Amino acid sequence: MNQEAVVEVSGVKKRFGDRWAVSSISFSIARGECLALLGPNGAGKTTTIHMLLGLVVPDGGSIRVFGLEASGHLKEIKQGTGVCPQNDNLDPDLTVVENLVTYASYFGIGKREALARAGELLEFFALSNRSDEVIQNLSGGQRRRLLIARALINRPGLFILDEPTIGLDPQARHLIWERLEALKAGGTTMLLTSHYMEEVSVLADRVIILDSGRVVVEGRVDELVREMVGNQVVEVSGPKARLQEIAESVEGCDVETESNGTRLYVYLKGPCDRLDALGDHGLVVVRRPANLEDLFLRLTGRRLREE
Amino acid sequence: MDLLFLKVWQRNAKAWAKHVRASLIGNLGQPFLFLVAMGYGLGREIPDIHGLTYLQFIAPGLVASATMYSAAFEATFGSYTRLATQKTFEAILMTPVSSYDLGLGEVVWGATKGLLSGIIMVAALPLFGVIPSPWTLLIPFVLFLEGMIFAAFGLVMTALASNYEFFNYFTSLILTPLFLFSGIFFPLDALHPAASLGIRLLPLSHVVDLNRSLCYGRLGPADWISALMVVAYAVVMTATAVSLLHRRLIK
Repeated sequence: MNQEAVVEVSGVKKRFGDRWAVSSISFSIARGECLALLGPNGAGKTTTIHMLLGLVVPDGGSIRVFGLEASGHLKEIKQGTGVCPQNDNLDPDLTVVENLVTYASYFGIGKREALARAGELLEFFALSNRSDEVIQNLSGGQRRRLLIARALINRPGLFILDEPTIGLDPQARHLIWERLEALKAGGTTMLLTSHYMEEVSVLADRVIILDSGRVVVEGRVDELVREMVGNQVVEVSGPKARLQEIAESVEGCDVETESNGTRLYVYLKGPCDRLDALGDHGLVVVRRPANLEDLFLRLTGRRLREE
Repeated sequence: MDLLFLKVWQRNAKAWAKHVRASLIGNLGQPFLFLVAMGYGLGREIPDIHGLTYLQFIAPGLVASATMYSAAFEATFGSYTRLATQKTFEAILMTPVSSYDLGLGEVVWGATKGLLSGIIMVAALPLFGVIPSPWTLLIPFVLFLEGMIFAAFGLVMTALASNYEFFNYFTSLILTPLFLFSGIFFPLDALHPAASLGIRLLPLSHVVDLNRSLCYGRLGPADWISALMVVAYAVVMTATAVSLLHRRLIK
């Protein structure tokens, strides 16, 4: 067993009714590492997090956090874990600073110590001037920052972030990323879920893509993109018949193609001369570096998931 | 024993302290109005019962009803708001506080609110010409246990509820009949023996009897049975509430 692993999940599964929300997934997170769980809605990300916290009881497999078996040591595990949940569940009956101090009390942190930590965290998340404000008067970005600050009140050895910037404007998102990067640089072990590929690319050392409760792929972001997608992507828009011709014409190159009818995606692993002249024929052509989003869509498909 | 349920209690107390006045008036208005309307109004026309004026007869029972309503409402509307609307429970469960700590904290908190309402009622009794005996000092213990029973009962409803309307069953089918038929307003021997026995199997009549006995210093052997019933109900209801809440929260 790996001494340095903060989280070790092996063969964990969970069924709700007759649907397997998670079917046998395994992963581990090393100390100081940031692992991202990616996947479409309903892929099993939140269920996996809830199993780590004992909010959902697995139907099989084993979970160890800080080297402790989860089923028998939930209190100890949660004592060292900070969670920023997907839904805003700040306490609307309390002010900003009361939220932090009250939350600290659930960890057995005394009021004096809690106030000191709350002051530091509010400073770090640029909320110092809001400390006596009621929650209703905070903006969406401020609430999110407070949720993250609250999750750090116990100085967690494992920091779990479930879609930490969902629904925020770019300014608010970038501020949060900057703070999370600082935490990461300080050696905090993180488990992140997100729909924002940019967020994952910025923060995560390693990514696991889940689909329908299974691990589809796992690895370092840049390596996975290079191996499974390529270096560059060319997107061509035009009439269907013309796209079909192009798709056939590039078959000799080291590429893969994908079409959704009105748009052709050509994923390039090497150079391909035949693509270079396309712009001259009245087609709309965009050439850009391959990214995590391409990988995600290649692996989980382009159709919507809300059945 | 890490007593984490007390942290849940503290959180609720802190939130409640912010609107204490509205909360107390809301909880105490009804029993005081009953005491005035029935005790003074109707009571004038009614002969003494067991050597007590009608107002003296109903006053200890209305103390019990104040506790019952406060505890039950806190553990239904209050707890359900924290469960479903504010997601406070979800936030708490991400900390070392377990679902069992949470359930116990909610029950004890509801009981505390019930106790407070009851104590204020008792303290106000001299204003209505009811002079309590020294035994009255034991009434808060009875009220706290009664508060546990009805807070736990309320929390059972919360654990089963899918919306606020669900609590109408609880108030109309359980609390109101208990309020009317548990010997607050008339002695139970006025009822058919079968009905009377049915009431005796439920907790509120025992609280009413204990309160009346303690208030007027007339304790008898039947009060031991009542005390036992109240303790048993408090334990069983609390255990039931905590386990149902666990089932609601942990999937």
